[in-house]
Amino acid sequence: MGKTFSKPRSLTDQPTHYCPGCTHGVIHRLVAETIDELDIMERTVGIAPVGCAVLAYNYFNCDFQEAAHGRAPAMATGIKRVRPDLVVFTYQGDGDLASIGMGEIVHAANRGEKFTVIFVNNAVYGMTGGQMAPTTMPGQRTTTSPRGRNVEEVGMPIKVAELLAALETPAYITRQTVIDPKGIRKAKKAIRKAFEYQLAGRCFSLVEVVSTCPTNWGMTPVEAVAWARETLLPYYQLGEFKVPE
Amino acid sequence: MGKILMKGNEAIGEAAIRAGCLNYFAYPITPQSEVAEYLAKRMPEVGGVFLQGESEVAVGYMLFGAAGAGERVFTTSSSPGISLMSEAISYIAAAQLPVVFVNIIRGGPGLGGILPSQGDYFQATKGGGHGDYRLLVLAPASVQETAEMVMMAFPLAEKYRNPVMILGDGLIGQMMEPVEFPDHLRTAPSDKNAWASNGMATRGSRQRNLVKSLFLDPEALNNQNLLLKSKYDRMRREEVRYETYNLDGDYRVLIVSYGTMSRVCRTAVDNLKAAGVEVGLLRPQTLFPFPLEAVREAAGRPACQAVISIEMSMGQMVEDVERAVCGIRPVHWYGKCGGDVPTPEEVMDVVRGLMAGGR
Repeated sequence: MGKTFSKPRSLTDQPTHYCPGCTHGVIHRLVAETIDELDIMERTVGIAPVGCAVLAYNYFNCDFQEAAHGRAPAMATGIKRVRPDLVVFTYQGDGDLASIGMGEIVHAANRGEKFTVIFVNNAVYGMTGGQMAPTTMPGQRTTTSPRGRNVEEVGMPIKVAELLAALETPAYITRQTVIDPKGIRKAKKAIRKAFEYQLAGRCFSLVEVVSTCPTNWGMTPVEAVAWARETLLPYYQLGEFKVPE
Repeated sequence: MGKILMKGNEAIGEAAIRAGCLNYFAYPITPQSEVAEYLAKRMPEVGGVFLQGESEVAVGYMLFGAAGAGERVFTTSSSPGISLMSEAISYIAAAQLPVVFVNIIRGGPGLGGILPSQGDYFQATKGGGHGDYRLLVLAPASVQETAEMVMMAFPLAEKYRNPVMILGDGLIGQMMEPVEFPDHLRTAPSDKNAWASNGMATRGSRQRNLVKSLFLDPEALNNQNLLLKSKYDRMRREEVRYETYNLDGDYRVLIVSYGTMSRVCRTAVDNLKAAGVEVGLLRPQTLFPFPLEAVREAAGRPACQAVISIEMSMGQMVEDVERAVCGIRPVHWYGKCGGDVPTPEEVMDVVRGLMAGGR
């Protein structure tokens, strides 16, 4: 019997630093599988964010740049403009992309920059220890919203996919999840599609991935999946929000 | 190609192209927006990249990305814009990327004004962004010298894998002078395959390159800072540049002045000489590394009674002059920074005052 399952060559052998039950590992794998399938590892440059995935370059087996907080889309713009032949992706969390980096992501999307964004939304700041993010749900307790997010004070959570889809510039914008096998299969297809749009020189592409953070949510991995399904998915609805004409 | 009459800002754009830099990212700000306007037309003609970013913050990281991918890249801005880019400048220095910045200084702090100033001396030479880094800072005094320094800046940035800043002022950017672009300053980009994240296929390698600034281990971070320091120490040994004027005679006062201000001082030195008063002028062309030894030596000449730093700021370079002179002569300062450049007459009065012992 032959080998039926193996690690993508676009991942290194290094064990990750991610917490038990964290979905970053799954998302890394989906991106790496896509890079393998499209045979683009040798011309891919990834950009790591500031956040839990800052060390993503330890796990992806391709060239990488490490961004300042929120600035990955500007760096990707710089690379792609001077080397359009390279394949460029950013890997960003919700604090990085939707808070401090909101300006950079909106303008990169609006310019129609031909790179791919993997946007991991787990409704909380991870690496700094569970503070409130722009994506934190109403009433959700975090270390900086100890009585729960008060929308009277800080507004409603930002729906990044819908916000970017409202721009007139053609783009591929989708929201997926990796909290169950069906979602993972769909997320993989979306990630592959996003890279294919880039390879075709078509448009900006962004895959928002609704994920879990058991550590900072104070839950077991199983509880976290249930909470994501019951609380996050009704608000952050899955689907394609924009597809280029 | 012979001499042509060009505005300083346009000469900056043309000089970069002549130097072999075909990538420019910028955000408009007075008094240097003509660089972007010039390159918006010119870059497409030469097959280069022109992009107007959404902010100076973003532009800083576009430069990071492009330089990290191994391409020559530069930007131009003015004081408030450089403040916004200073975050990226720290990261670019940390990641050891060759990027050329041009700061056509306007008056500050805050919005300040749009007229010439030298108020960003500290920002350029002592930091601006966070952490232990230095920029190699070149200070031109004419449109011709600006063009040459822009052309020199790219190989210097590559030699040190460090950002280089051209520190001009609004007058340099706005005035028109004859300029030519020397062919010998056109250089081929250095080989960046050892470190650039330009894709493994580009360099035919199976080793991936990481462009980064995070060193969580204390010993690793200290070693990284020692490596950076060794580059700055090498700049101190190899890159000090300055020009002297009337330093052969028995001058009684030594003026230290750079950029636009030094041209006014030069006229004052001529006028004083005609009146029988000997004054020497030392013009730093590199502000970091600062010509410490040259200033110390010039100040130490027997006839020299006093040293004065004349600058379009409230006294910034004077601190480096004091550091150079080490107390062997009294060090004074004179300057203005509202946008008016001190006149030769003002400089002559100040020098005469010093000689009368009145200051």
